[in-house]
Amino acid sequence: MVIDDSSAMRLILGRIMRSLGFDVVEAPNGAEAIARLQSGAMPEIALVDWNMPVMDGLAFVNAVRREEKWRQITLMMVTTESEQSQIVRALAAGAHEYVIKPFTPDAIADKLALLGVLAY
Amino acid sequence: MTITAGAFTFVSDLLQQHAAIVLSPGKEYLVESRLMPLARQIGLDDVGALVARLQSRPDDALRRQIVEAMTTNETSFFRDRDPFNAFSQAILPDLCKERSATHRLNVWSAACSSGQEPYSIAMSIVDHPLMTPDWQVEVLATDLNEEMLERARQARYSQLEVNRGLPVAMLVRHFERAETDWRVVPAVRGIVRFKQLNLAEAFDIPQMDVIFLRNVLIYFRPSTKVEVLKRVRRILRPDGYLFLGGAETTLGLDDAFERVMVGSTTAYRHKGARPMQMPSRLSAAVAGAGLSALPRPGSTLGPTPGSAVRGVASASHPPPPVGWPFQASTNNSISSQGRR
Repeated sequence: MVIDDSSAMRLILGRIMRSLGFDVVEAPNGAEAIARLQSGAMPEIALVDWNMPVMDGLAFVNAVRREEKWRQITLMMVTTESEQSQIVRALAAGAHEYVIKPFTPDAIADKLALLGVLAY
Repeated sequence: MTITAGAFTFVSDLLQQHAAIVLSPGKEYLVESRLMPLARQIGLDDVGALVARLQSRPDDALRRQIVEAMTTNETSFFRDRDPFNAFSQAILPDLCKERSATHRLNVWSAACSSGQEPYSIAMSIVDHPLMTPDWQVEVLATDLNEEMLERARQARYSQLEVNRGLPVAMLVRHFERAETDWRVVPAVRGIVRFKQLNLAEAFDIPQMDVIFLRNVLIYFRPSTKVEVLKRVRRILRPDGYLFLGGAETTLGLDDAFERVMVGSTTAYRHKGARPMQMPSRLSAAVAGAGLSALPRPGSTLGPTPGSAVRGVASASHPPPPVGWPFQASTNNSISSQGRR
């Protein structure tokens, strides 16, 4: 699941994930992503932007981590937020990994491999 | 040697147009180091000539090659991952036991390029629970290229570079912000010593416990490979370990080495070296990638060598519990630290 308010970024990340063999669903903010999860979507991994309208990425991570049924979802922030304190906040909330924009497709693949959702 | 401002701007614009990557001023070394092999490969003297060729006529293939060379990171933190897992999970425990009387450890990163390999080694050591502060550790990092060494000494990496191969937990633990870049913290920098060295000539360096000589031999002629391996063998301690690149081997070049499997990777040892004590199974995740030792928001960042027992994280799921990793660090148990 690619969650980003920028349609261009969703397109780029969607392309990268498809090229790595994933099926991709998209959401333009955290609230819509939660709605998709509530309607039964169960992604293996969610790539989550931080700054989005309606519900931001950190709120999304907190919301997902509150629900036992969504514990299997791996959460990776993909964001321009690059302050150390922000990274620590996201990890403390339950994000597994963190990619700071800008990134290369290899960086996404590397991180997915680190998380064990993609073979090296 | 540095490329001209005009050539740098040209490459910078090219990257922005075709890869949406902004190359900030001051990254001339990056353009030089990434494009020089390509220039040589197509028979040109330097990067300036390469840029001039593309400027003189449209050439989609060359443009693509340049963009690829600039965006494909040949060196990254924890590159290939397996040798670092073997180092942390099998070799360090083995050597810690064997060197318990001296508490000294010497590791050599030959051809260290821009420094990611020696700093990855140093981070692995600093994070290792057995490496208490009374150990005297040195990671010797050498390279032929003085400019690369200077860059490595700076220990400063761009956002793109830290996105590659480096678990984010290690980024926050072992790096600090330096404007838009990230800089390795002094606790890690302090155990790395840089030195200019030409592998193809005789060299004088101390005896080593572990040698990372990865993706270097491929650039040498067979006769030079034999010479390099002979010299490397002389400085590798009798029970030491040598890592080569995935496409490299000592077979047919130096029969005094034997190949051993450490987890899912290959290392080389002196023939007849004492057997290593191997754990039954190595984790696939980068050791130290676990987040249990993350600083709390607002706390002082950076590690204290050997001060915290850090579980070896497993790459398997499930995801962390709510409140993790701080909840886990409160429990301070290996099993909870190891969850991810």
